[in-house]
Amino acid sequence: MDLLHNLGIGFTVAFTAQNLLYAFFGCLLGTLIGVLPGIGPVATIAMLLPSTYALDATPALIMLAGIYYGAQYGGSTTAILINVPGESSSVVTAIDGYQMARQGRAGAALAAAGLGSFFAGCVGTIIIAAFAPPLTELAFKFGPAEYFSLMVLGLIGAVVLASGSLLKAISMIILGLLLAQINTDVISGTARYSFDIPQLTDGIGFVVIAMGVFGFGEIIANLGQPAEHREVFTKEVKGLWPNARDFKEAWPSVLRGTALGSILGVLPGGGALLASFASYTVEKKLTRNPRVPFGKGAIQGVAGPEAANNAGAQTSFIPMLTLGIPPNAVMALMVGAMTIKGIQPGPQVMTSNPQLFWGLIASMWVGNAMLVILNLPLIGIWIKLLTVPYRFLFPAITLFCCIGVYSLSNSTFDVYLTAIFALVGYLFYKLSVEPAPLLLGFILGPMMEENLRRALLLSRGDWSTFITRPLSSGLLIASVLLIVIVTLPAIRKKREVAFTED
Amino acid sequence: MKIKSERDFWSGLMFVGVGVGFAIGATNYSMGPSCPANDPCAANLWARMSQLSAHPGAGYFPLGLAILLAILGAFVLFKSLTIESEGGDPVGSFAWRPLLIIVAAIAIFGMMLEPLGLALTVPVLIVITSLAGDEFHWKGVLISAVVLTFFSWLVFVYGLKLTIPVWPRFFG
Repeated sequence: MDLLHNLGIGFTVAFTAQNLLYAFFGCLLGTLIGVLPGIGPVATIAMLLPSTYALDATPALIMLAGIYYGAQYGGSTTAILINVPGESSSVVTAIDGYQMARQGRAGAALAAAGLGSFFAGCVGTIIIAAFAPPLTELAFKFGPAEYFSLMVLGLIGAVVLASGSLLKAISMIILGLLLAQINTDVISGTARYSFDIPQLTDGIGFVVIAMGVFGFGEIIANLGQPAEHREVFTKEVKGLWPNARDFKEAWPSVLRGTALGSILGVLPGGGALLASFASYTVEKKLTRNPRVPFGKGAIQGVAGPEAANNAGAQTSFIPMLTLGIPPNAVMALMVGAMTIKGIQPGPQVMTSNPQLFWGLIASMWVGNAMLVILNLPLIGIWIKLLTVPYRFLFPAITLFCCIGVYSLSNSTFDVYLTAIFALVGYLFYKLSVEPAPLLLGFILGPMMEENLRRALLLSRGDWSTFITRPLSSGLLIASVLLIVIVTLPAIRKKREVAFTED
Repeated sequence: MKIKSERDFWSGLMFVGVGVGFAIGATNYSMGPSCPANDPCAANLWARMSQLSAHPGAGYFPLGLAILLAILGAFVLFKSLTIESEGGDPVGSFAWRPLLIIVAAIAIFGMMLEPLGLALTVPVLIVITSLAGDEFHWKGVLISAVVLTFFSWLVFVYGLKLTIPVWPRFFG
């Protein structure tokens, strides 16, 4: 039983006092920032990255994973209690969850979300442990041409399944790839696009871009909107445990959500967001004669999407861990964090760092268990946090981002660069171009160039190598098919509808 | 010619501009090995291309990407001028006040931190950024400045042991 053996390694790593502590800190910090409205998981992780600078690779990644789940849970809490989704994947949770809260059933909604997520998290952990080794083996058979094509598919998939204009999203990928070209060319040693600024010859740090565009871009955009009146349901949260009827209604949705989320999470661009939207649609179709109609506080509309987004969040680690290809912006940050720690993400991680690999997977389960314990009893504290006015929050967030950027390499130059990217991030927001594809392109840029060059070197400059090698051509054909399918008028309409569900 | 989608128009223009800029920049770098006289690559463009592709130089990948970006940008631009969008999809007014204040605050943080240390930089940053909001009350801002200064020292310097200057340089 390899699976059990591997999980055994993982749990011995995860259950050391030190790693348990960091998983706990991660979950706590993640929830803390996640419940604050207006800060998405990408900004949360970018902001909290500095807290892992001093750690070794394994505890650092365990903590980051905890932050990610924590941010997800926190996001659901705000969605249910104040109808402000903390992050995009809890947008659908807000629909029925907030209605439940208004009817005085906030406790049941929070419990359904928490327990559903925990169940999904357990299943997700097992799926990762089961599917990671075979995928890794497959990845070892890949040559540079296959790897390049796989990255093309990954990037295209990531934008096809996201919302917004496809053409603009692909342009943003290319822009990200180009920004990654600001560096020193590995082969010739030529400094590219450095304008004789020595700090630019090492390239732009991904933290700079993530904080500037996601963190500050969001803050400025939030401040630009008129302050809205928020209703917070603080008093009605009691009777945390759902009753028997709630259980009976919720569990089929949790099962379906988990299955759907696990599958969608593996797909590039999938992850939590797509999973929760898809699950809500499925629940609406499959639940016959709901006691409470959807949109009016149906517990199925909370339990299903919440299970789905957590399962998706977990399984989206699979492509990142086994192939080194991040399927979404959060995983792109994880790849960046691994690189900071001196670990090149890819199939070799499992064999060269088994402690890290299995420890991280096992700690996902630990983190999920901790979140249930943290969230249900501590809900009162999170609710208090919700009442902190934004005018106290955004200066604090600005401060932590600034310190985080500076301490990455003790460079004030990075701080100035972040200021520029804050401006750029706001511009993206005004032009409604999604910044996530840019981050994916930026992270994958160096790897793509390296594999492209190696593939061309092997084929003596013949570009047809990408279509004559069967695996590579299959991957490229899949990318083209994806684009074609999405641009078909019938599908395009469905896609637009799917992302404007409310 | 009338702009039918303002947001798409400007984003298209941005992509084209950045693409052209990077392409011009790429011409400063080597595309690959030069072509010796009497070689087939001198006469045949195809042969020259594959010769370059076999040993791509520093400028090869960025040039390709930059051209691709400019082309995609041109498509976005073309669409914005031909396809009707709802209400012209206006960019809307910029939130200049928060934009400028936040960007300036980050830059000032960068300028102050190394010579003056956390103890002075954090309160300044908090006061400046607080100006970006709708409401500004001196009492609340000052309290949060003091609390956050102590908190960031506690967490980042004392707790996480990051090397961040705390006091102004002239204090030693």
